[in-house]
Amino acid sequence: MDIVYTIWLRNVKRYLRSKSRIVGSLGMPLFFMLVLGFGLNSIVRIPGMEEGYLEFIIPGIVAMSVLFTSVFSGIQIIWDKQFGFLKETLVAPVSRLEIMIGQTLGGATTAVIQGLILMVFALFIGLQPAGITGFLVAVGFMALIGVTFTAFGIAIASRMEDMHGFQLIMNFVIFPIFGLSGALFPINSLPGWLRPLTLADPLTYGVEGIRYGLSGTAQVHPLASLAVMAACAVLMTVAGAYLFRKIQT
Amino acid sequence: MQAIDARNLTKSFGDLVAVDGISFSIASGEIFGLLGPNGAGKTTTISMLSTMQKPTSGTATVNGHDVVTREDDVRKSIGIVFQDQSLDEELTAYENMDFHGRLYRIGGEERRRRIGELLALVGLADRKDDLVKTYSGGMRRRLEIARGLLHEPKVLFLDEPTLGLDPQTRNHLWEYIARLNNEKGITIILTTHYMEEADRLCDRIAIVDRGTIVALDTAENLKHSIGGDVVTITSPDPDKIADLLTAPWVSGIERHDGSVTVRLQEADRHIPGIVTAIHQSGIGINSLSVRKPTLEDVFLHYTGKTIRDEEADGKETIRMFQRARRR
Repeated sequence: MDIVYTIWLRNVKRYLRSKSRIVGSLGMPLFFMLVLGFGLNSIVRIPGMEEGYLEFIIPGIVAMSVLFTSVFSGIQIIWDKQFGFLKETLVAPVSRLEIMIGQTLGGATTAVIQGLILMVFALFIGLQPAGITGFLVAVGFMALIGVTFTAFGIAIASRMEDMHGFQLIMNFVIFPIFGLSGALFPINSLPGWLRPLTLADPLTYGVEGIRYGLSGTAQVHPLASLAVMAACAVLMTVAGAYLFRKIQT
Repeated sequence: MQAIDARNLTKSFGDLVAVDGISFSIASGEIFGLLGPNGAGKTTTISMLSTMQKPTSGTATVNGHDVVTREDDVRKSIGIVFQDQSLDEELTAYENMDFHGRLYRIGGEERRRRIGELLALVGLADRKDDLVKTYSGGMRRRLEIARGLLHEPKVLFLDEPTLGLDPQTRNHLWEYIARLNNEKGITIILTTHYMEEADRLCDRIAIVDRGTIVALDTAENLKHSIGGDVVTITSPDPDKIADLLTAPWVSGIERHDGSVTVRLQEADRHIPGIVTAIHQSGIGINSLSVRKPTLEDVFLHYTGKTIRDEEADGKETIRMFQRARRR
């Protein structure tokens, strides 16, 4: 446990120290929230929901922020590899599983912090928190998204030599995961052919979970969302740990 | 007890045999050097001994623990400074040390005490709270050495410890390394392609070329083994000179492009004779130098090349390239 904490601590310290990264990765979610939220608020009505579109996409944008931050945290292992720091960790008498878990929890923590910052911003533009329990539910789902996608990032980083493939992963994996989730649109009103894709996307359940926490309504039952997200977090951690075990420096 | 014992250690990457059946043992308290050009297999040897890579065949023990079956015991008992920097630049020197101490499960009080001592030892105590990215190359190296010592290893691996450092810093580091060995009795195994470094620091030197050890002894004995002083004669006609010098006191002649290297005992006494003989045969001499043998001569003697030649060699470049890619 000490080892997991040590690795976690390093990740969080690095994150808190890189002010430009914190501010930089707030840019796109804020942009989405403001432009899409205010831009479409007056013309989009969500069937069966009281709130406007702005309230609808806030949980989606929070989830997006957590998604991007966590994938990025996981993929950072490539930097550790290139700057040589990974060797220092790998030659220590600790198991790779401990290292991987520490990295995952560290990445998830930074992702949750990032999501929380965004939530605070959202308070000023119309987010009305449904109470402390709802807030905690939302944070719980954010943590699960964080773990799932940090582990995913570590899995990818374990197989990648350098950052050249990063753009590819962003464009063909991460953006589709975000786009297909119910972050920007209600999944009930999708055309039939798109629905299965959306339901196959783990982020959908994360978004629905956060939305349930923040606004009290969701299109997927929160317990179902919880079960799927928890399963994804465990599966991705196992997959990430397996691939990380074989990492070569 | 032997600190390190390697038997027929071999590592291949596909068709490329990086380390080819190396055997040697290092006594406790020794400073042992692996000297050779880049790509000779030094780093790969260190990687196998430090459990970073598995040998393709052969065995090795470090502090009595097998490097394959007792990985964790080996790791606990060694410290290592890699050829490439392995610090976290976004953390301070103290935090880098602290991270290391926690990884090796050193308790809080003890950890703080040792970090303080070691940072003072390498002269970084007053900069301990600065981010490593503000450090110079020499400071980083010293920090890495301090970090490698934090868990009090019995054996310290230094892979090209002074690569890319200026002469003054290099001298400082040599002093640190010698002092560590002296005061703490730590066994040190270092790789280098600097002759001077091996000469000054190492009790024994293994000359490594193309994955094999071509010679292993003290610097003194290695120099003796190649047959006395070195006389280098450059001339328009070096071949004739080589044919001419057949006296029994000549212990070796090597022909190179435009020059001849003659080895002999007590060169000072024989020089006049050599010059006279060459003169009488009507061969011109451009220059002539006499010196005590260096490790460079030893390397030349055993491999037929200078270290610099070797590094310019195309095949070696490919080796280096492949090594860089694996990183």
